[in-house]
Amino acid sequence: MLLIHCPYCDETLPEVEFTYAGQAHVVRAADPASQSDEEWENFLYIRSNPKGPHYERWRHLHGCGRFFNAVRDTISDRFLTTYKAGAPRPELSSLLGDRT
Amino acid sequence: MKSCRVPGRGRVDASRPVTFTFDGRRYGGVAGDTVASALLANGVHLMGRSFKYHRPRGPVSAGSEEPNALVGTRRGPGRFEPNTRATVQEIWDGLEVTSQNRFPSLSFDLGAVNDAGYMLFSAGFYYKTFMWPRGFWDKVYEPFIRRAAGLGASPTEEDPDSYASRNLHCDVLIVGAGPAGLAAARAAAVEGLRVVLVDENAEAGGTLLSEPHLQIDGRPVWDWLASELSVLKALGVRIMTRTTAIGYYHQNMVGLVEKLTDHLPALPADTPRERLWRVRAGWVVLAQGAIEKPLVFNGNDRPGVMLAGAAQTYLNRYGVRVGDRPVVLTSHDSAWFAAFDLQGAGARVQAIVDTRPSVREDLLHEARALGIPVKLGHTATASSGRLRVKSLRVNPVQGGRVGAPVTIACDAVLMSGGWTPSLHLFSHTQGKLAWDEEQTTFLPAETREDCVIAGAGRGLWGVQAALEDGAARGRGVAAALGKDSTARAPRVQGDRTGTGITQIELPTDLNAGRAKAFVDYQNDVTAKDLRLAVREGMHSIEHVKRYTTNGMATDQGKLSNINGLNIAADALGRPQPQVGLTTFRPPYTPTTFGALANYHRGDHFELTRKTPIDAWAEAQGAAFEPVGQWRRAWYFPRPGEDMEAAVRRECAAVRGSVGIFDASTLGKIEVVGPDAVTFMERMYTNPWAKLGVGRCRYGLLLGDDGFIRDDGVIGRLAPDRFHVTTTTGGAARVLNMMEDYLQTEWPDLNVWLTSTTEQWSTVALNGPNAAKLLAPLVEGVDLTEEAFPHMSCAECTVAGLPARLFRVSFTGEIGFEVNVPSPMAMQLWERLWQEGQRYGITAYGTETMHVLRAEKGYIIVGQDTDGTVTPYDAGMGWAVGKSKPDFVGKRGLARPDLVAKNRRHLVGLLTQDGSRLEEGAQIVFDPDQPIPMTMVGHVTSSYHSEAVGQPIALALVEGGQDRMGQTVHIPMPDRTIAATITGTVFVDPENTRLKI
Repeated sequence: MLLIHCPYCDETLPEVEFTYAGQAHVVRAADPASQSDEEWENFLYIRSNPKGPHYERWRHLHGCGRFFNAVRDTISDRFLTTYKAGAPRPELSSLLGDRT
Repeated sequence: MKSCRVPGRGRVDASRPVTFTFDGRRYGGVAGDTVASALLANGVHLMGRSFKYHRPRGPVSAGSEEPNALVGTRRGPGRFEPNTRATVQEIWDGLEVTSQNRFPSLSFDLGAVNDAGYMLFSAGFYYKTFMWPRGFWDKVYEPFIRRAAGLGASPTEEDPDSYASRNLHCDVLIVGAGPAGLAAARAAAVEGLRVVLVDENAEAGGTLLSEPHLQIDGRPVWDWLASELSVLKALGVRIMTRTTAIGYYHQNMVGLVEKLTDHLPALPADTPRERLWRVRAGWVVLAQGAIEKPLVFNGNDRPGVMLAGAAQTYLNRYGVRVGDRPVVLTSHDSAWFAAFDLQGAGARVQAIVDTRPSVREDLLHEARALGIPVKLGHTATASSGRLRVKSLRVNPVQGGRVGAPVTIACDAVLMSGGWTPSLHLFSHTQGKLAWDEEQTTFLPAETREDCVIAGAGRGLWGVQAALEDGAARGRGVAAALGKDSTARAPRVQGDRTGTGITQIELPTDLNAGRAKAFVDYQNDVTAKDLRLAVREGMHSIEHVKRYTTNGMATDQGKLSNINGLNIAADALGRPQPQVGLTTFRPPYTPTTFGALANYHRGDHFELTRKTPIDAWAEAQGAAFEPVGQWRRAWYFPRPGEDMEAAVRRECAAVRGSVGIFDASTLGKIEVVGPDAVTFMERMYTNPWAKLGVGRCRYGLLLGDDGFIRDDGVIGRLAPDRFHVTTTTGGAARVLNMMEDYLQTEWPDLNVWLTSTTEQWSTVALNGPNAAKLLAPLVEGVDLTEEAFPHMSCAECTVAGLPARLFRVSFTGEIGFEVNVPSPMAMQLWERLWQEGQRYGITAYGTETMHVLRAEKGYIIVGQDTDGTVTPYDAGMGWAVGKSKPDFVGKRGLARPDLVAKNRRHLVGLLTQDGSRLEEGAQIVFDPDQPIPMTMVGHVTSSYHSEAVGQPIALALVEGGQDRMGQTVHIPMPDRTIAATITGTVFVDPENTRLKI
């Protein structure tokens, strides 16, 4: 079972307190009506499936209830970092540099 | 009965006899025996039949890696366990043991004809044999395979035992209490560190239990062990025996199963049978040792053929001599010591046969001194003996040529092909393995976990090396945790170290294609099968494994994987690291479902949510149905009524006078804040800005794809406060979706969302007399058409209780939903029930609710919709606020496929013969078209309707809204039913009945 750091509670807690909430940084356009069919299709359905670091959303459902973002390595399953919703996407190079 | 017990040997207690039965016959053992050691002490090697060929088998090992000696164990009614390893199960007075995979008896088995058909049952046999004729599969092949397949028999009764689970947090978890684990524990047990040491065996000590000749720090090994264990306990180390580490999960979570009662003659009243531990450790030390490899030769599976190390354990730990005239067959020095030990215990070792042309001088010297004949550079090519090995056929090998055979009479063959580090748990961590050419085996390399491997588990042989490595690893772990440890390993005298070579199948002068040289005993896989798999194109070890089933039995290839790899690599002509090892997966040893399920069984398997009215409904004899996690009253049968009669009566009562319904399970969400109305405008399809305080509206929730997700009536209680209701099953999902949009898309909105499902209980009154019944009980609101029209809501007092009153209808009758704080709900219900008697008030359940709403064409999300239905498909375009700039799903509704012609529409169906359709039945336009027919929709809801006078149905039909009055066909197994497409409202389309 993974350990996950909630950036709002600032605590590292067991995975059972959290739920996965899909890929991160998929932005809903401010004016959806302006979106082409293809753009809307991309927003709704098209997701990346990387082997390695993946930007994704989690929710501290059985805790503070907040949605937050994370970078997780899909090979090792480990979290490289977590950060608050709305915070900028962290650079991969800085995260991967920490790995020994 | 012959006794093979050696007086004065072993750690068993000869003064405490134990009696148990094996296949109904009584046997005597002593305290400390396993089933295997006790049977061997009685001269019994034959303990089971093999899986595929039903060959007679005896134990090949003395531990949890045992592939052959699987038995059933019974402790009175209900307590039967199949596939227990006889080498692990401790005996107690009255234990009932049965052998498996035999009919009619263990010594005479009809299934053994498979053995005669050996040449037929080769690798891929099932894939190749049962291909044709195709029609034979159902009636002939599958029943035959099912009868023959399976290991042991499943228990047939419910398990009466209880199982527990616990969490454990520690700084250091050490798996394996052999010399490496003990030394690691001692080194890590410094002030302030919580150390846990676990071992799957009944007592700690590991290999030390099998090597009584050792001296440690000048003391006999078992004296040293006893005092070391008390020192560890005094240092605060938690030592858990009979505890198996079954799996190593992310971030140093290790699952343990502790067996608490299987060794006890009487079950304590207050102890679970097993306990699952979820351990989160700072560091993990894996000190699991190594597992001895069998040699692969023709006839290497007869009862009496076993690993040399196992024979040593039976002698030194259990005081059992496994044979009087054993032959030792080896490619490793370690088996020589087994020969010496057995010779010293009164056996006459017939020969030491070593595949190597030369061995260490001191071994040869000792063999000579003990009078044991030695044959170097020899191979074994066959064995004989039906239920027990009688002889071993050996041949000299010179320059790759196999010479003339010699047959050696014997009653046991003790073999050793060297040792394999136990890498299972390490492998669970996705740890990388490195091939060690010298030892011809994989050793642990890197892992991302905070984990170290100590002792034989990383290829270090000998007790001194294990102690030193354990101590070093323990110090290292302590240092990593910021503690300074100075512990040093004790000195060992009499340590037996050695080396060996790795063999593939032993060379033979017989037809290798007919050899029964087993690699995987439990799945009956031979060397020939592996080579055949390679010849037939399986070039990946993963394919070889699946084609032959090598390593796929309950022992997870503990004995067979490395031999299988070596043979496959040889057949492929590639070095082993290029062929690779298959992945070990949890659990390490077979684990009971009881331990995994532990508390989560029966009533505790899943929680059952009950409303405050539930007990009343139960007392009234209600039938219940599960809805999500709720249990809801389904219908209230009177004596003699079946479901249909009860529902008919309940429906008539609602339409005729008044019915009372427990709607407490409705999801409720309080949406509050200055921006609440903006939030509602964006979430739901409907317009909310102009909805007045005290009014409510049916709301439709879509996903951004444009499909219906949920619905419910929403009341505006104040300019900044909405009382949102959701479907019973959708409550959590809707709140999650609202939170998602609020937190991540519109964080600028000042809105709070609170689940109030459990806080408000909802009692619905429906029927022409509903207002008459309720009005006298309501304070603060006048229940007239003018003052409180349909779709009104108010905060008021009902029956003296604070309430939120909604005038809504899910039946087409005058309807009210009274929400009161849940603790008061029963009080409200009782009062309404009492006051309603004059109107013949009738309690109705979910089935009647379903019928009444279907008569009005009100949808149930998830029944009449399936995640691909738009509001327009459902005939609810009126609920879409087209002029709003945006709402969730608005852009989705404009997608090309959602505006396409001929989508499936929700319509009504009336059958032309008056029969009732089946929900889920498929619909076609032309019943005479060839099969497979083009299906154009399905029936979503179907009920008998008393109000209509015939069954009614709702259905999704292609272009249905443009096909009113047309006939569609519903093919059923026995006939095809014709039905007419109608509107969805079957009763009171003008809504006249809603008026007070």
